Order: sequence, then structure tokens, then C-alpha cells
Amino acid sequence: MSATTLTPTAAAQPRLRLGLWLETLAAWTLALAWAAPLLYALWAAIHPTGYATRFELFAPLTLDNFTAAWNAAPFPRYMLNSVLLVTFVTGCQFVLGTLAAFVFARSSSRWAGVLFAIVLVQLMIMPDMLIVENYRTMRALGLVDTVVGIGLPYVASAFGIFLLRQTFKQVPKELEDAARIEGCGTFGILWKVYVPLARPTYLAYGLTSVSYHWNNFLWPLVITNTVETRPLTVGLAVFASTDQGIDWAIISAATLLTSAPLLLAFLLFQRQFVQSFMRAGIR
Amino acid sequence: MRGRATLHAWLMLGPAMLLLVAFTHYPVVATLWHSLFSTPRGARPARFVGVENYAALADDPVFWQALSNNLLYALGTVPLSIGLALAMALWVNGRIAGRAALRVAYFTPTVLPMIAVANLWLFFYTPDYGLVDRITGFLFGWGPTNWIGSQETALGAMMAIAVWKEAGFFMIFYLAALQAIPPVLYEAASVEGASRFTVFRRVTLPLLGPTTLFIAVNALINGFRLVDHIIVMTHGGPDNATALLLTYIYEVGFRFWDTAQASALTMVLLLILALVALAQFTLLGRRTHYR
Repeated sequence: MSATTLTPTAAAQPRLRLGLWLETLAAWTLALAWAAPLLYALWAAIHPTGYATRFELFAPLTLDNFTAAWNAAPFPRYMLNSVLLVTFVTGCQFVLGTLAAFVFARSSSRWAGVLFAIVLVQLMIMPDMLIVENYRTMRALGLVDTVVGIGLPYVASAFGIFLLRQTFKQVPKELEDAARIEGCGTFGILWKVYVPLARPTYLAYGLTSVSYHWNNFLWPLVITNTVETRPLTVGLAVFASTDQGIDWAIISAATLLTSAPLLLAFLLFQRQFVQSFMRAGIR
Repeated sequence: MRGRATLHAWLMLGPAMLLLVAFTHYPVVATLWHSLFSTPRGARPARFVGVENYAALADDPVFWQALSNNLLYALGTVPLSIGLALAMALWVNGRIAGRAALRVAYFTPTVLPMIAVANLWLFFYTPDYGLVDRITGFLFGWGPTNWIGSQETALGAMMAIAVWKEAGFFMIFYLAALQAIPPVLYEAASVEGASRFTVFRRVTLPLLGPTTLFIAVNALINGFRLVDHIIVMTHGGPDNATALLLTYIYEVGFRFWDTAQASALTMVLLLILALVALAQFTLLGRRTHYR
């Protein structure tokens, strides 16, 4: 309520101040609770194992847990798989989404409307829930235990098509006409007029998509069975559930390694991140 | 000329439509189809069994428990995460000291993988020396509690993680909505001498209505989708106390490899989602949001 320029009477002032003070306390307590798991992981990961459950301010620091975790499981390979997966999915989503959104944004025919409604069904029924049948399809296609198999169900995304269509609809018709007079064809117009104007949408959608697929778990768990294809999330689950016992320090280090790329990106570009998620959310 | 434009349109739509139908629409129909057949085993091919799989579900106590767990999970997490998201957005948008840091703290769980999060919460919930037990011991003098190991607390513990994960994400939508409210309205309210609470109840809250509905639908879908932590933390246990529809689908389909039964289960999940969609459609009307 930044805009409340209230001028309360003198009697109400202390009560108001107490209220604000209580609110600040509540806000910070909640923030602490929300940050606690990550703060704990940091603590456990940079101290020797014995300090995972003992909190002493001057406990010795170490990076051994990270090297131990990195060497205890094929994390470099998992990392590579995750990068490949995210690149494949987001890249394809951009291309397919752009082409489809372009048609939906420009066409006024009834058929386009019907098709668009069919596309939107995916906002409600996501591939996440159709794992049984999609597994059957992947087996028929021979794509079980491949990175393509993990990504393919998500490559055509209703959310992406929807988002890009909204953006494309706002492109002024005059720009398109001008480009046509300059001699641009359909693809030229798309590439030179629409795509550059939609850059913020691509960023927003790209960030949401990358974080979704970097973090996705159930479908990759189902469709992969070997080190060569498992993404980081599945690798981490396998690692934490097997022989590790409960060495919290190493598990914390592995957990941080898994989240690090996204987390660093978020902390560095947090304004863009938040604005992107905001933009992607406004419909 | 016109024919060529149509051809172009189809060529551009084609790939996306094909993949969308192949992995969203076709599986829905195929799930229904396969739920009417038995699971092929070894040399025995699938045969038509009618509603037998559904009858088996109706007789399966685990299914009923997963269903009621899931309804509880959804109905518990939705209002909690919406309420917290609203409070967070008001704070981050307000006058509180250190707003930027608050925003980071609230939003961070959104970018963390649920699996990584599960490991950390596993430690928090450890009896006796886990953080949750230490805090409850310190504040209320409670003894050690096996939060995820006992039937009474396991589902609640899983719901807490889901709320923790989601609230900051939903905060973003409220934040966007709050920033879109014209300051003139607040100025008018302050001229009228309205209290902060009145301003919130009469100005802010009504304007957040559509956003709340949008968030509620998303939270409800997540209530049936967000199960990663359950699969690694409890496997639906102890004694099915945390079994949800999707975790049960995973177990039946990929541990028991009873795909026919899993298809019938999936149909139940799809039916619930269809009801959510229908409710959203009637509540929102055709005009808003998706146009």
C-alpha cells in the first residue's frame, strides 16, 4: 500500500506504528522460514560432516563436500543431459510456438479459432499426468531412455503458443504492410517484424520454460533408466536414495550443485526473472 | 494466391498441432480405450473387459484413500498458498523495510527443483535433531515427532512443502495485479479518510478478484500435479497416508506394471481436471483471461 498517504490523527499514530512493526516482524519471520532450507543447505555443504546438525559460528570451512558429491555420482554427465534437454525443449518450443502463434494471431477464420481452442486444452491437461500413455507411445517410437524422449511431449506447448499469440496480436498492422511493400514474404515479415518485437516475451517464456524443464522429475524418472540420459533431478534422486545413508553434508552439497545453475541465474538477474514470471502470468 | 496462403498457414501450424495432439489429445483418448482392456502379460494379449478395471478401482481401498488424500491435499494447499501469496505480495509491495530481500526469499523456492527441496526437508523433518522438532521442542516443549513417518502428520508435512514451494510463485501474480491498480483509487480513499483495513477490503480485494480466481485454478491443478517430493520422500507411505492419485498412477503403472489399472486411474484424474475446467469456465465466463 505504498500509495496510502494517510494522515492519521495523533491518537491513531502509535497504534498504526505498532501494526506496521508487527507486520514487519511477520514478514521477516515468513521470509526466514522460506529461506531456511537453502540457508541450511549452504551451512551443511561448506562445513565438515560433523557440523551438519551442530551450529557453531566458527566451525571450520571446507569445499570437500562438493568434490565428494561431484565424484560420488556421475554428476557431470547428469549436468550435460540436463543442459541438452533444456536446450532441445526450449529451442523447439520457440520455433514451433512462433510458427503456430503467427498463424493464430493473423488468422480470423473460424477454423483457426477452433484449432486454438483445441490447443488450449493442454493448459489444463498437461503431459505430466499422461505418463502411462506417453510411455507407451515412446516405446512404440523407440525413444525410451533418450533425451529426445524426455523432451518430446513438451515440445509443443499451449502456454508458449498462447503467450506468443497475445504478443503478436499487438503488433501494428502498419509495420507488416510496410515490410510487405519493402518486398518481404510471409517468413520475412515474421522474422524481421514480429520476432524482434516479441523479444521480452521470448525472454519471459524462455526463463519459465528452462526452469520448468530443469526441475521436472516424474516424467524423466519414468522414461530414463541409464546414466547416459538421466537429467540432474533424477540423478540426484538416485544418488540420495542409494548408498549415501544420511550424510547430510554431501547430500546438501549435491543438492546445491543441482540447483546452482538456476539459482545463480536467478540471483544475478532476479529483477528480470521476477518480471518475466510476472509477464508470463498476466493473461 | 489465397490457396498458397492457406498452405503456408497449415505448414506453419502443422508441426505444433501434430505434436500437441500426439502427446496430449491422443493419450487422453488412448487412456480411455486402454482402460477398457486387461493388461497384456507375457503371451497373454490384452482383451476387452469393459468396466472391469473401474470395478476393481471401486473395490480398491488404496484408491479411495489416494482420492480422499488428494482432495484434502488440494483443498488444504489451495487456500493456504493463496492467503500467504496475498500477504507476501502486500508486504513486498508495501512500506516494509528490506522489501527487495523479502522478495528474493519468498520467490527462491520457485526456482529450486522439487527433488533438491525434498532432500532438505527430509532433514528438517528428521525426528529429534531435525529443525522442525527443535523449533517445536523449543517453543512448545513437544517431544520428538516422526513427521513423515507417522500416519497422522505425513500428509500435513507434504502439504507444508507444497505451500512453501508455491506461495512465492503465486505472489508474483498478485504483485502484478497490485501494481496495476490505479493510485487514484487510493488517493480517493484517503481523501474519504478510510482506514488501511477498509482500503484493503473495499478497494484492493475486489480488484484482485480475477487474479485470485486465476491463481486458484492453477493451485488446484498443482494440487494434482505437484507430487515429486512425495515420490522421493515417502513413496506414498506410511501405509498409503500420503498416496495421491498421481503417485498411485506411478506406482500401479511403473512398479506393478499394471497399465490397464493405471489407465483407469488416469481417467479419474482427467475427470477431476475436466470438472475444474468446467468450474473455471462457468465462473470466469468466456470473456476473461483466455481471449
